[in-house]
Amino acid sequence: MGEAIVITSGKGGVGKTTTSANIGTALAIQGKKVVMVDTDIGLRNLDVVMGLENRIIYNLVDVIEGKCRLNQALIKDKRCEELYLLAAAQTKDKDDVTPDRIKLIIDELKLTHDFVIIDCPAGIEQGFRNAISGADRAIVVTTPETAAVRDADRIVGLLEKQNIPSPSLIVNRIRPHLIKNGDMLDIDEICNILGIDLLGIVPDDDNVIKAANSGEPAVLNVKTRSAIAYRNIARRILGDNVPLLSLEEKPTFGKRVKKFLGLG
Amino acid sequence: MTGEIVKEVQPEPVKHHVVIKGVKDGLIFQFSDHCEWQEILDELVYKFENTHQKLLSGTSIPVTIKMGERVISDEQREELLKTIATNENLVVRAIENNITQLELHINEVMLSNAKIIRGTIRSGQVEHHKTNVLLIGDVNPGGTISSDGDVYVLGSMRGIAHAGVSGNEMAIIAASHLRPTQLRIANMISRPPDEWSVEDVHMEFAFLQEGQMNIEKIQLLKRLRPDR
Ligand SMILES: Nc1ncnc2c1ncn2[C@@H]1O[C@H](COP(=O)(O)OP(=O)(O)O)[C@@H](O)[C@H]1O
Ligand SMILES: [Mg+2]
Repeated sequence: MGEAIVITSGKGGVGKTTTSANIGTALAIQGKKVVMVDTDIGLRNLDVVMGLENRIIYNLVDVIEGKCRLNQALIKDKRCEELYLLAAAQTKDKDDVTPDRIKLIIDELKLTHDFVIIDCPAGIEQGFRNAISGADRAIVVTTPETAAVRDADRIVGLLEKQNIPSPSLIVNRIRPHLIKNGDMLDIDEICNILGIDLLGIVPDDDNVIKAANSGEPAVLNVKTRSAIAYRNIARRILGDNVPLLSLEEKPTFGKRVKKFLGLG
Repeated sequence: MTGEIVKEVQPEPVKHHVVIKGVKDGLIFQFSDHCEWQEILDELVYKFENTHQKLLSGTSIPVTIKMGERVISDEQREELLKTIATNENLVVRAIENNITQLELHINEVMLSNAKIIRGTIRSGQVEHHKTNVLLIGDVNPGGTISSDGDVYVLGSMRGIAHAGVSGNEMAIIAASHLRPTQLRIANMISRPPDEWSVEDVHMEFAFLQEGQMNIEKIQLLKRLRPDR
């Protein structure tokens, strides 16, 4: 029986899809059988980031509407043997998509995969409820910005209410020089506020954007810092004890406090 | 020898609510915090009069009293000092207590029917209670805790706190770590000072004085709100 992990954030554009693609790929590289499920109906892009757009025949809504069997809708990855994608529908009416139905699909996928990685849409409405319905655990993605942390906190609260307690945290798009100058929230400060376990930190890296545009997750390019970060995250999910990527030195406490207050 | 004789005349078995220990610079009276207050006083008198005369003889012996987690009223404190004063050699140097000022105060609050909640109040969540409220946990930015009475936070207060919602201007907001986005007492709304110095790491509370929001160390609570 596999494990279903939802990647969520509240705020849009913080890197849920990027994280889903890279963690999914990294787990597959580690030899796990993985399926990624894009639940961002109407705004699908996990397929684009994975470079699988042109292979889609059936999608999640087709499965829900009974147009095809679940197996037929699983798209095999180009590079990894045991990596699959269940794409979101681009245009379909989403009324058929309910938490119950998504949960049935996720439960079925768990029977045949080690990991089901669920890419969640932004927001806290129906799409969010759908995405988390089948999840055993959650990874909350944030960037080191006040608004993103605020939304992440909101999400953690909602997950607690939905009985998906103690999610883990990924802080994405870290820019060490900004943190150093006190112009970006410090990781300790973020962890302090959210009070959840830190699963990993990912630097802001142009390679991530380049990779996304060429339909090839950044994690495949082993030389980049972001690739190392995603591989480390995958290993931590598998239970390995991998130390955090070292960033440049931390800011002084004073700067951190002033920054935090200035935002209030 | 004298010790043995004393034991023989001892009218009742020794209870161990009061342990008297000699240390380099005086005596320590360790009181149990699991018995009635009167039992402590009785045992103290008994020990003064019967078992511990030898230990207690000498001139001006400094005494440190360790109360454990017991909280006593001002009257009980008077009583205690009076009892000890019957032994002229003893000088009470300190009455120590394992609890902090805030906990002490909260202890009193709890006795006067406060709603106790545990956990984190996160962004978008609102907790309102009609009675005094004690949160064991943090209020995060974007979260709100409010009460018709006082608000006490054993944790970081980073969100919005509103005390005296129904108009009580004597209500207060106290927190182990007070770094709010906004404070409200009765109808008064205030933003914390922009320059909150780094050293402010002690427990604080907010209160209204002449229509102005003030922040003080928790130690001053008793002075500024004597009824609490
Ligand atoms: N670590 C990173 N470094 C640089 N760019 C990133 C990083 N993570 C995400 N991005 C970019 O941010 C944008 C939003 O990411 P995306 O994963 O689509 O967010 P979401 O799914 O949360 O809306 C994309 O253009 C993506 O390439
Ligand atoms: Mg997305």
